[in-house]
Amino acid sequence: MTRNSKIFLAAALAVLLVGLLAPHVLKNPFYFFAGYVILQYVVIATGWNILGGYAGYINFGAAGFFGAGAYASAFLFNTFDIPLWGGLVAACLIGALLGVLMGYLTLRIQGVYFAIATLGLVIILETIIHNIPALGGARGIVVYGPPPPAWAAGPSQYMFFLMLLIAVASVSLARWMQISWVGRGLRAVRASENAAECSGVPTLRLKLLACAASGAVLAAAGAPYPFYTSFVEPVTVFSLLIGLNAIAMPLIGGTRTWLGPVIGALLLASTQQIATITISSELNILFVGIVLIAFVALAPNGILGLVARRSRETPR
Amino acid sequence: MTTLDILLNVLVSGVLFGSIYAVVALGLAITFGILHIPNIAHPALVIMGGYFVVQANRFGIDPLIAATLGIVPFYLLGMLLYTFYANTFERRGRAEVLQSLTLFFGLSLVIEIFLVLVFGSELQSVSAPYIGTSLKLGQITIPGRLLVPALLGPVTIGLLWLYFKYTNSGTAIRAVAHDERALSIAGLDPAAVKRRAFGLATATAVIGGAALVLIGPIDPFGGRFQIGRVFAIVVLAGMGSIPGTLVVAIMLGIAESLVSSYLNPAWSPGVAFAILLAALALRPQGLFGAAR
Repeated sequence: MTRNSKIFLAAALAVLLVGLLAPHVLKNPFYFFAGYVILQYVVIATGWNILGGYAGYINFGAAGFFGAGAYASAFLFNTFDIPLWGGLVAACLIGALLGVLMGYLTLRIQGVYFAIATLGLVIILETIIHNIPALGGARGIVVYGPPPPAWAAGPSQYMFFLMLLIAVASVSLARWMQISWVGRGLRAVRASENAAECSGVPTLRLKLLACAASGAVLAAAGAPYPFYTSFVEPVTVFSLLIGLNAIAMPLIGGTRTWLGPVIGALLLASTQQIATITISSELNILFVGIVLIAFVALAPNGILGLVARRSRETPR
Repeated sequence: MTTLDILLNVLVSGVLFGSIYAVVALGLAITFGILHIPNIAHPALVIMGGYFVVQANRFGIDPLIAATLGIVPFYLLGMLLYTFYANTFERRGRAEVLQSLTLFFGLSLVIEIFLVLVFGSELQSVSAPYIGTSLKLGQITIPGRLLVPALLGPVTIGLLWLYFKYTNSGTAIRAVAHDERALSIAGLDPAAVKRRAFGLATATAVIGGAALVLIGPIDPFGGRFQIGRVFAIVVLAGMGSIPGTLVVAIMLGIAESLVSSYLNPAWSPGVAFAILLAALALRPQGLFGAAR
């Protein structure tokens, strides 16, 4: 294990410890209720970045994976009494499967078609769920989750800690994929797919692997959602805002490393949490849209890219 | 009515819807098919065109005339959009497709929210003398609100096809898709040609918007349901084939009409995407395009 990895591990454990101890300091459960959404976006942005950032394949359908995860855990709990942990594992498997299927159909052609096909994934999944009465159709499903365990201070605090665990696990996975042979291969794909293929990089297999990992993490972000709101319906879980944020957050933070999406998600999601209290949801989407255009036009490598350029320009 | 009559009616409404889809997809056939700019904001621009027609209709202007009036402002808007796009990407060296996708994604959201903020999110509709009427041919009934916009398809596509085939500036647009360098050696500015093409594509959005608003009321987010359909049409038509756009759009219209009549209307939004996915997996060069 390198020195950087030791620092990362220590930091991850410290974050978990802080999350575990926080309810004893902060008494207002609202902070945890809002914090859950911010962490959920950390997971979504991290999951999106595995494919969108490392390999450069833009996925517009993050909400499709998120919704599939949410419906998987809600359905398994209501029908077979499978607890959230089981639902989480099932959501990961379904997300990975969807990712591979998506990738297998489109990745061999060109990046643009992948992006367009992912737009369709959301609409196809939404149509399917609308048409299946067992999944509640347009009315949705109500989920009466079990009470939180005794060690947790309350349901919001418990869901917050659970999401923190998922976030730490996802970021660790993203970091491992970035620094290992997988990340090197995906960077080669991003730089030039033909050159990578010619130098013996198994591009299709690597891309499918990235699709699977990305899909699994995105679905994992959705799995606890029915227990958090006790209700799922197609319009909210397949919401455009999820797909939009999944792209905007890594782009704002920087897509080259695991840290970029985390920074972007923390910044944008906290702003949105403050904004939803003060302004309407339409203005919220408008704000994200403008921020997205501004970053693509002015700072295509995100905040981390700006920082890197600044430190290169200043003479040492 | 016999089973055959029902089938005939289903086929006719499929053809009508298909020609309307063709007008909506036409702009994308130019921007994505010819210029290779993945303008996913085009459906949102079409809805914006629809709103333009609705506003003009408030003053008693017929939707078709309103669409004709809208061509010039939308042409200028398109030139402006292309200038912004070119300054952002093409000057930076290579235009990165995935970043421009993100740019247009952001743009379509800004358009949608702009429409919500200015006109509200409720449904908007137009009135015209032919909307309530219908044409009866034997057992086949053709409502005026479908027939009139459906005629816009062949007319617009025919005019554009003539423009691309027989005028110098149309030839220049086809040339820029093939070889930009050769065009600049021949003394033409590729950026100006592309700006003109993008303007033209955006101008078709107002005609598409008029067609959509004639069928039924629209709301600011109506463009989202068109995205899959228009891309399916452009890709299946074989990237930039203008007559192919009409043929494929009609085929798609018939497929959707068959599914919603014989299976269930709730399944029809998925049809376009299912066809698109199948097309991408089996025949990525499209039905009417040469292999690349």
